[in-house]
This record gives sequence, C-alpha cells and structure tokens, in this order.
Amino acid sequence: MIVPLDFFYVLVGLLFAATAVMTMRDKTNPRRVTTALFWGLYALVYLLGARLPPALAGVLMIAMALIAGCGLVCAGRADVPPEAARQAGAARLGNRLLVPALAIPVVTMLGAVVLKDVRIGANVLLDPNNLTLVSMGCGSIAALALACRVTRATPLQGVREARRLIDAMSWAVVLPHMLAVLGLLFSEAGVGKAVAHVVTSHIPLDSRLLACAAFCVGMALFTVVMGNGFAAFPVIAGGIGIPVLVGVYRANPAVMAAIGMFSAYCGTLMTPMAANFNIVPAALLDLSDKNAVIKAQLPTALPLLGTNIVLLYFLMYR
Amino acid sequence: MQPTVNLWPLLGIAAVAAGFLLRANPVLVVIVACGVTGWAAHLPVLHLLESLGTAFIKTRNLPLILLLPLAAIGLLERFGLKEHAQAGIARIRSATTGRLLTVYLLAREVAAAFGLTSLGGHPNMVRPLVAPMAEAAAEARHGPLPEPLRQRIRAMSAATDNVGLFFGEDVFVAFGAIVLMQTILKAEGLDVDPVRMALWGLPTAVSAFVIHAWNLRRLDARIRRETAREAGQ
Repeated sequence: MIVPLDFFYVLVGLLFAATAVMTMRDKTNPRRVTTALFWGLYALVYLLGARLPPALAGVLMIAMALIAGCGLVCAGRADVPPEAARQAGAARLGNRLLVPALAIPVVTMLGAVVLKDVRIGANVLLDPNNLTLVSMGCGSIAALALACRVTRATPLQGVREARRLIDAMSWAVVLPHMLAVLGLLFSEAGVGKAVAHVVTSHIPLDSRLLACAAFCVGMALFTVVMGNGFAAFPVIAGGIGIPVLVGVYRANPAVMAAIGMFSAYCGTLMTPMAANFNIVPAALLDLSDKNAVIKAQLPTALPLLGTNIVLLYFLMYR
Repeated sequence: MQPTVNLWPLLGIAAVAAGFLLRANPVLVVIVACGVTGWAAHLPVLHLLESLGTAFIKTRNLPLILLLPLAAIGLLERFGLKEHAQAGIARIRSATTGRLLTVYLLAREVAAAFGLTSLGGHPNMVRPLVAPMAEAAAEARHGPLPEPLRQRIRAMSAATDNVGLFFGEDVFVAFGAIVLMQTILKAEGLDVDPVRMALWGLPTAVSAFVIHAWNLRRLDARIRRETAREAGQ
C-alpha cells in the first residue's frame, strides 16, 4: 500500500521527539529534564513500535507512568499571542480560518468513502485495514498545509503549536492509551469472566430484557467506577455483550457495541472520576458545589440509560 | 457445569476505585491496578511485562486521533480561530436561557459528529461565552437572579457541553470510541464495520438531544418560577 498506518506512527513519533527536544531547551519548564524524558520515551514507542521487544515496551510504559505519577511532567510557559492579536487575526482572516479546520472531516470522509478501493498500479492507495485513521491522517496533513497557506506561517510553527497543546494536556495525553492497556490486561486476567460470573450468578439473564438491562446498567456502573467508558467497554462487552447478547441472543454486534458505548457515556455523566468533564468545569465556573455539574447531568443521564435499554431491546436483531 | 471462576482479578477494579477515591494521579492508579491484576491472576512478572508491552504497542493507534490534528488546530488557534467561532456563536441571539443552550447543544453535537470536537469545551467556550450568555438571557427577561439559580444555569451550561460532545462524538465514522470498539471486537473474533457502529449510535444521539432539550425547557420554567417568587417577596 502507498499510505500505510505506520507512516503516521512515525509522524507522531517525530512529533513527540520534537516535543522532547523543545522541552529540553525550554528554560521556563521547572521539570524540563524529566518532562523531556517522558515525551522522549513516548516517541520511542511510536518510532520503534513493534520492533521493541514486548517486555521492554512494558518497562517503558511503567517508567512513563512513574515519571507522570510522581508529578515530574510539567508544562513550560505557553507562547500564545495576546487576546488583541488573536481578535485581529480573527477579524482579518474571518471564515478563511474555518477552511483548514473543516478540511479534516471532509478529507477523512473522502478517503473513507471515495478513495476506499483506489489503486495505483498494483498497490492500494490507503491502508484498507485502518482506512479511517489513515484518511484522517491525510486530512490532518492537508489541514496543516491549508492552515500554513491561510496564516502564512511555517509548518515548523505548526509543530510548535502542537507541542504547546501537548504540553498543556501533559500526561492526560497518555491516560486513554494506558486505560486501554489496563482494559486488555483485565480481559487477559479474566476480569470480564469474573464480572460476568458475578452478574450471571446473581441476575437471571434468561430474559432478553433483563440481559439488555444488565448490559447497559453494567456499562454505566463500571464507567462510574473507572471514570472512563474506554475501560468499561472491553470488560462488560467481554462479560455480557459478546457471550450473552451476541452468543445467546444473536444480537447484531454493531448495535450491541454502539449502544453499549453510549450507555458507558451515561455513566461518564454521573461520576466524579471523569474529572475533566465533571469536576474541572465546576471549578472553572466558580460553583460552590463541586458536584453541581453531575447533579445537572443526572436528569439527562438516567432517562437516557433507560432509553438505551429499550433501544437495544428492539434494535438488536437489525 | 461452569468451572470455578477466579474472582481475585476483581481486585484490579477495587484498586482503580480506591485510587480514584484517594485522588491519586490517574496514570499511577492505572499502573498500580495493572500490577494488582497481574498478581491476582498469578501472572509471572516477565509475562506481565510482556502483556503490558504488547498491549501498549497494539493500542498505540488510539491517541492518533487526538494527536494528528494538533498542529493544524494549534496554528489556527494562534490566528484567532476560537475568537472567530465565538463571534459566530455570539451572533445567534435567543430569547431564553433554555433556547440558547439548546442551540449550543445542537451546534456542539453536530460539530462533534463531524469530528470537530475542539470547537467547544469548558475553558475556551463555556466559561467565557456560553455560561455568561445563558445567565444574561435569563437576567434580561427576569431581572437579577438568586444565587442558587445563577449557579444552576452555569452548571447546566457545562452539562450541555458534555452531553453535546459525548453523544455527538462517536456518531461520525471512526473516531476514538469506535476505533477502540473495533479493536476490541476484532480481538474477540468479531469483525464489525465501523460505519455500522457509528450508524447504530444515531438513535441514542437523537434521544440524548431530545431528553436534554426537554431538561433545558424545564430550566426555563424553573427560572420563570423562581424569579417570579423572588419578585413576589
């Protein structure tokens, strides 16, 4: 294939390597050495990828988690132009600023739908196994090119801006990745089986409605505990979704997955563990009750969870 | 008969819950939970390291969605993208708090469905713009607001952003959650088309909009009720 997914792994690896180098030279960062080490290690994961021996990759992951966990990943002072300059830019460039931003979804759609089976010679153009990711990568490159054209900035400035955003997100960049690893480890260690065992031995799953309800409520509850639907999905899908809904009731896996993930999102609306969404805004908006956002979300989350159970019950054979 | 199931790996879940309740660093919590789970499942240390490493390499496609657009978006931000988008939203003048937030809910959900998840968010949209506008809409109609009501309006502004983001996000082809679901189902031997998964998210996405818009109508009623009571006193 002409554009494989590996190309973007290398690109992201180079981005992290650049982040590490820029951090190393950033005197405003109080922890520049450990922060640079953190991003440097992550760059290795992308640049070497499957060539890394698995055990070494595991050690890398643990080292990164320890660096982040000990508070050794910090941000430097962000170089952002003053409000007035950005207002002036917005006034000068107007809707032209939206064009590169919209190029990302447009090119992604084009790649995933139109260029799907395009071949040049004997080679497929886009990696067919990772079509949407690859299309999105192409969209991002197109967007960067357009953005450089509209703003007359250099691609290097784009890399600096990416580094600024990575810096601001800090270790939160790797949290979803590490939660996914935990999810896979959970399934390997049989956590899904244990949860399924607890659920199946306490709840009669011989009724289709109860099975649907156990699946949706299980997703939501597990997300409340884990604070992230990405961690709940593999466990509950592996524990109830695949063996019971797909295995016993012959549900369509696409329906099971889509509605399951949205049930998990109902859980995200109800948990302080999803701090970014629920606790940080309460602080940002000067609310005296730190759980005020969760309380405002309950009247949406609970009826929606009920709706999901009904939708799953009626749509699962489609 | 079912063979006996080892329930000890459930300790991994307990470790996560305990870690978050103690407000430890989430990355640290994840790694401790990995250790506890491996120990409870009697995995030898080397085997555990290899499992973690293999999984870490295998799932490195997940952050791509977050990382690839950063350069373009960061550059546009530097030249006023957010300011421009904010000015656009500010032009939509609506008479009530509930209607204003419903318009924002729709815009947020649709934008997220097209992958434009960064055109919103709490620090850059809700705090400087959406919440102040929502408060102002109520004040313009009903005069000064009692403090608990003002806080409720702000909390609803944040909630609206979350609902719009969550239930818009994975309706569109392959973003975040969908890639994860596909990866996990594939590991279980089920090959599912990501487009179908996105499609089957639609009924829930529409329900989320209807339910939350209904709650926003109720917010308007509450504002009317509480400001009238305030005025009556």
